[in-house]
Amino acid sequence: MTTPRPVFLDLLRIKLPLSGIVSILHRVSGVLMVLTIPIVAILFHQALSSPEGFAATAAVLDTWLIKLVLLGLLWALFHHLVAGIRHLFLDYGVGLDRAMARETARLTLYAAPVLLVLSIILSFLLGD
Amino acid sequence: MSRQASGLMAWLLQRTTAIYLSFLAGYLLLKFIFDAPADHAELVAWVAHPLVAMALMLGVPLVLAHAWVGIRDVLIDYVRRTNLRVGLMTWFVFIIVASGLWFVKAIITAGIGG
Repeated sequence: MTTPRPVFLDLLRIKLPLSGIVSILHRVSGVLMVLTIPIVAILFHQALSSPEGFAATAAVLDTWLIKLVLLGLLWALFHHLVAGIRHLFLDYGVGLDRAMARETARLTLYAAPVLLVLSIILSFLLGD
Repeated sequence: MSRQASGLMAWLLQRTTAIYLSFLAGYLLLKFIFDAPADHAELVAWVAHPLVAMALMLGVPLVLAHAWVGIRDVLIDYVRRTNLRVGLMTWFVFIIVASGLWFVKAIITAGIGG
């Protein structure tokens, strides 16, 4: 199909609207979580297998690097959840007009880091 | 998978699973932030509780179906080379099915008393 319309796909110079950023991060966060499924399965199985297995899983999760990865994954979960709920509303025609869509996109982008910080604070307050 | 999980069915599957998974994720987040199992016995007791075991067992196929539809969409959109795309899709199906079996085995074994 050839049309005279110009094609501009320079990814470094295309400016994504806020909704587009939310959308691509929804995909990125989803892929990140899919990649961790087998690791979670192995760690979960190991933790349930025996007290030694539980200790081994706890030891893995207690390392600095893994804790950072966990924070990244927690962000991914929060973003995926909030953006997913937003997309469900959009599917039903709620919040489709541009101003509203932009506002909820902005809220979604803020919500995930806020929820992340909130859960970090809570887990510090509640235990070790 | 082609007829069952493509087009409108895949779209619908992604949204219905999402609704269950959002509740399950919310529960798991609250559980692990406020009342995480501290040792092996607590973890087993939690997983072996009939309601928890049921919720988790139902969650396994739903999260895997959700993951599959999502990763399939991403691969279809971004991997242009057919053989690479099909190869990656096959790889993810293997990983997803194996992970699911491993999850279910862990849950059932905990219920039996391991």
